[in-house]
Amino acid sequence: MMLPVLILVPLIFGVGAYVAARVSVAAARWIALLSLAGNLGLSIYIWIAYFGPISLAGVTGPWVLEWDAPWIAPLGVHFHVGMDGLSLLLVVLTNLLGVLSVAASWTEIEERPGFFHLNLLWVVAGIVGVFLSLDLFLFYVFWELMLVPMYFLIAIWGHENRVYAAVKFFIFTQFSGLFMLLAIVGLYVLYGSQTGGTFEYANYIGAPIPRGIAMVLMLGFFVAFAVKLPVVPLHSWLPDAHTEAPTAGSVILAGLLLKTGAYGLIRFVVPLFPWAVADFRPAAMTLALIGILYGALAAYGQTDLKRLIAYTSISHMGLVLLGIFAWNSLALQGAVMLVLCHGLATGGLFIFAGALQERTKTRDIRVMGGLWSTVPRMSGATMVLALASLDLPGLGNFIGGFLVLLGTFRAYPVYAAGASLGLIVSTIYSLRIIQAVFHGEKTVDWKIADLHPREVAIMAVIIGALIWLGLYPQPALDTVQPSLNVMQQTPARGPAQTPVDATPGAP
Amino acid sequence: MATIPIHYGLLLAALLFVVGLVGVLVRRNILFILMSIEIMLNAAGLAFVVGGARWGRADGQVMVIIILTVAAAEVAVGLALVLRFHGWFKSLDADRASEMRG
Amino acid sequence: MLMELWVVPALPLAGFCVLALVGKRLSRWLVAGIGAGSVGLAMVGAIYFSHDFMAFEPTGHLYRESLWTWLNVGGFSPDIGLYLDPLSVVMMLVVTIVGFLIHVYSIQYMAGDEAYSRFFAYMNLFVSSMLILVLADDLLILYLGWEGVGLCSYLLIGFWYQSAANARAAIKAFVVTRVGDTAMAIGLFLLFTQLGTLDIQEVLVRAVRQWPVGSATAIAAAGLLLAGAVGKSAQLPLQVWLPDAMAGPTPVSALIHAATMVTAGVYLIARMHDLFIIAPPVQTAVAVIGAATLVLAGCSAMTQFDIKRVLAYSTISQVGYMFLALGVHAWSAALFHFMTHAFFKSLLFMGAGAVIISMHHEQNMFKMGGLRKQLPFTFWTFLIGACSLASLPLVTSGFYSKGLILWSVWATGHPVLWGAALLGEFITSVYTFRMVFLTFFGEPKGEVSARPGPIILGPLVILAFFSTVAGCVHIPRPLGHFRLFARLVEQALPVPPMQPLPIATEVVFQLLMQGSVLLGVAFAYVLFLRRNDLVAAWTARPAGNALHRFWFSGWGFDWVYTTLLAKPYVWFAHASRDDAFEWIYRGIGAINRGLHEQLSRTQTGLVRWYAVGIVIGAVLLLGLVVFL
Repeated sequence: MMLPVLILVPLIFGVGAYVAARVSVAAARWIALLSLAGNLGLSIYIWIAYFGPISLAGVTGPWVLEWDAPWIAPLGVHFHVGMDGLSLLLVVLTNLLGVLSVAASWTEIEERPGFFHLNLLWVVAGIVGVFLSLDLFLFYVFWELMLVPMYFLIAIWGHENRVYAAVKFFIFTQFSGLFMLLAIVGLYVLYGSQTGGTFEYANYIGAPIPRGIAMVLMLGFFVAFAVKLPVVPLHSWLPDAHTEAPTAGSVILAGLLLKTGAYGLIRFVVPLFPWAVADFRPAAMTLALIGILYGALAAYGQTDLKRLIAYTSISHMGLVLLGIFAWNSLALQGAVMLVLCHGLATGGLFIFAGALQERTKTRDIRVMGGLWSTVPRMSGATMVLALASLDLPGLGNFIGGFLVLLGTFRAYPVYAAGASLGLIVSTIYSLRIIQAVFHGEKTVDWKIADLHPREVAIMAVIIGALIWLGLYPQPALDTVQPSLNVMQQTPARGPAQTPVDATPGAP
Repeated sequence: MATIPIHYGLLLAALLFVVGLVGVLVRRNILFILMSIEIMLNAAGLAFVVGGARWGRADGQVMVIIILTVAAAEVAVGLALVLRFHGWFKSLDADRASEMRG
Repeated sequence: MLMELWVVPALPLAGFCVLALVGKRLSRWLVAGIGAGSVGLAMVGAIYFSHDFMAFEPTGHLYRESLWTWLNVGGFSPDIGLYLDPLSVVMMLVVTIVGFLIHVYSIQYMAGDEAYSRFFAYMNLFVSSMLILVLADDLLILYLGWEGVGLCSYLLIGFWYQSAANARAAIKAFVVTRVGDTAMAIGLFLLFTQLGTLDIQEVLVRAVRQWPVGSATAIAAAGLLLAGAVGKSAQLPLQVWLPDAMAGPTPVSALIHAATMVTAGVYLIARMHDLFIIAPPVQTAVAVIGAATLVLAGCSAMTQFDIKRVLAYSTISQVGYMFLALGVHAWSAALFHFMTHAFFKSLLFMGAGAVIISMHHEQNMFKMGGLRKQLPFTFWTFLIGACSLASLPLVTSGFYSKGLILWSVWATGHPVLWGAALLGEFITSVYTFRMVFLTFFGEPKGEVSARPGPIILGPLVILAFFSTVAGCVHIPRPLGHFRLFARLVEQALPVPPMQPLPIATEVVFQLLMQGSVLLGVAFAYVLFLRRNDLVAAWTARPAGNALHRFWFSGWGFDWVYTTLLAKPYVWFAHASRDDAFEWIYRGIGAINRGLHEQLSRTQTGLVRWYAVGIVIGAVLLLGLVVFL
């Protein structure tokens, strides 16, 4: 019963915040903050209580927590949610970033704060739902549920070019979601009857799908996730959306929405279509490589701070894609770690960019420079985040990046060596952030305030989590490992195996 | 009395309908367009009557009565619109009202 | 007893944390106390542990301490652990002792700086990273220290961030070393994939067992590690960052870019010696790179105006000697020179720093001169360092360490490399005494504004002492054959394969080396003190001028990298600012818009046209129904 609560709390309190804002804006903010904090507390409680080694020992099957209720009976649709280590960590991240983004927009959002928090909480609910759904139909519902509030967040509270960005975001994600819907329907129509006429995700694992059809259906899912992730030729919505969204929107986009793409690839694409994925692997890895290098290159060329950070996400997500398609335990763990740490680090960078924009009313790095002495706390915190982006050992991103590359190297040394160039280019763009904003000569003599205690607390949480994941990531790794094991075994259960080695190099 | 062959009646209805249609298409005066529409409606009514007579069913007459009522309502709304139209455009030229041009 | 070794790197790390978090609110004396004190305590700890280590002689001459398992995934489980053997003892001692002296020196040197606490925070972080690097038990944690020192180098070169040039130099240093680091990371991937572990000792054992000498995998792995070492140690072809790194405060140059960080590459190769031994081509490459670097950098050092850049090129050149020694399997000689070099080079840098603050932050040697009288104390200590760098006979530590390298190179049968090293000796003494003569002799050209205080001079004296006596730990055969240092180091590193040559030969070669050194001094005396006009006349000629500029610019490496790499990268980055892929979607948008325009033309707004449309549609539909 705890899982529906995780989804319902933001939904209900979102409405609560909306209503409360008519009376008092502060009340709306507090309701949003506390409800998400409560949700965070609940998810951490679940982690401690259900995912310890002792509690895990009693769990049979992949799902540690599960909740199932019939929903649309004629179609066999169930409201079926379940949680394993992977979804748990992502739910914790979602709630954490939700809390942080409410806190980050405490003073930024003055216009219609009630509706803002309604949308923010509903996005969080949608994302949590995506991470928990075990029914493909339900998954699609939550997938779409994320989009609409996000669209409003960008379109109403965004910056100068917000409507363009919001529409672009919506078209890209909606259009790509359509492919996934078609693939889901195709799966249901073609193989649903053999698996009991449900949309149940687990039933389709190992379904006897011929190679050609599997490739088509796989691409349907892949396109939806690739747009979210994003994979390079489909990334065009991201810089605009990230740049124009308000701080909370950027944090959620970079920290969570992109992660739903990675999650979808890990949870659905590879387990459902292992052989199609094996066929598609060279293409996907090439796209990943292009993404890593192109994202970094484009990031270096930007003059808009948020746009720069947005492009760095593309580069990092290329590494995640590489790790997912390498599909061995090192690379997968690395991809998950990278997902978590990138959420924190890039979320933090967007909070910084938002805080800076709130003070200077600009995002143009050409008019910044030499701000270190003016805002030492902000500079120090941002530097740690930028260093995390360049995979400095000791911070969580390094573990992720290193594991991805190490795992990929085992199976595909050439791709791994190419992706290692990412270490160099990420240095170049990360240093550019520091260089352009904090170092150098002052181009404009900004008189701005340093981080407030509220913002210091946000940064402290993020940096603390990054250092923890960088020096002692074992709790997180141990939590994810069982679910990754389950998913890595899935190809072996398929009755319709074509003799293609789906997991070359996997130990 | 010899029955009139059904196709005579239908031919007449079709003729009337085409007259009305041509009227709608070529007249620019909105009043004439309305009147042409009335002709088309009545042509349809005639076709119903012919059909009803041919099969000896009351449905044709029922439809005519409905058409008459609809036509009356249509005329009422249409004339009101014509009045507003005239008030706005100071003219009855239907082509003047082309503000929806893409 | 040996226990709790972790406090040695943890102390400066704690100092960093305190200073980074609350440093701004502390008084300057407290900042200095924490900054220098934490390193001082680490030094005490290091001496204590080293003493214990040598007194108790743990089994196998090593001591390991595992703190916790960093991560454990799919058979990859690097420990956060420390490893102490004679090699890391030497490194740890030098890092903490020199580090502490430089911290003390900085208390006064940096006294006027606004960002006092930030400086000490970075310095502490650096010392901590360097200690982690040299004490690492596992290649992954070594990599942590490795990147840590790179980061601190970046932070400290760009310490005076207000100047864009400093920031550029800092970025250059970080990016260039990161190129090497990336190669090293790929090397780690290769080692782990092939050997299944990154534990240093285990890697070496398995590598020797698994790979025959000269196997392609061994060569690839060693080559990739060499690329990392080359980047960090500023050897060819990644040496370009070090001269620019002199943009940082002088204590930073002394600590990072002379005494410790640049020798990380030397340490890495020595640490992974078994791997390099089974990859002979890479081993040869190490020696050749070292020899080439020491000559090239020496030539560049002869042409510089800026006293710190002379020292920077000299550092590249001296690290080249260490690489040369590593390349000929003379492990202890390389480490010996690392130690003496750390002492005399930090002495020279700090002496140069004392000169620079006495001269209104003037770094151009041609605007100095005659400082011998005005700054006698600085002069004498600087002179001791210079003699050691030029390895004047008997009384300097450089004489013993470089003598050992040269002799090892000859005795292991590398006459060409030996020739390069001998040429390097000559060049070294020329540029060293050029620097001494220009700065301290001749006519005074600038006025002395301030005299360095006791906290600055104290470390100079101590280092001058070390620069003189540190050579005594290893005395060559003709002079008494005392092998304390080599015996210690050879507990961890193999003995070089030297031919048994007679003592007389060694005497001859010592004399040859000394001859070239003294010739260099005489050369410098004539050219830069007596007959300045000769140099001027020579550089006035086109050929001489061109050569001078070529050497001055560091053999054109910067130009090549800028033209071939940096400029295209920036160009591409700017070209992709508006994202080429955007055009695809703009194209799709444009097509849609075109279609839309065509369609919207049919919306005439004329009711009668619509009626025509209805009629045509109805007719068509009816036609379909009737005729089909």
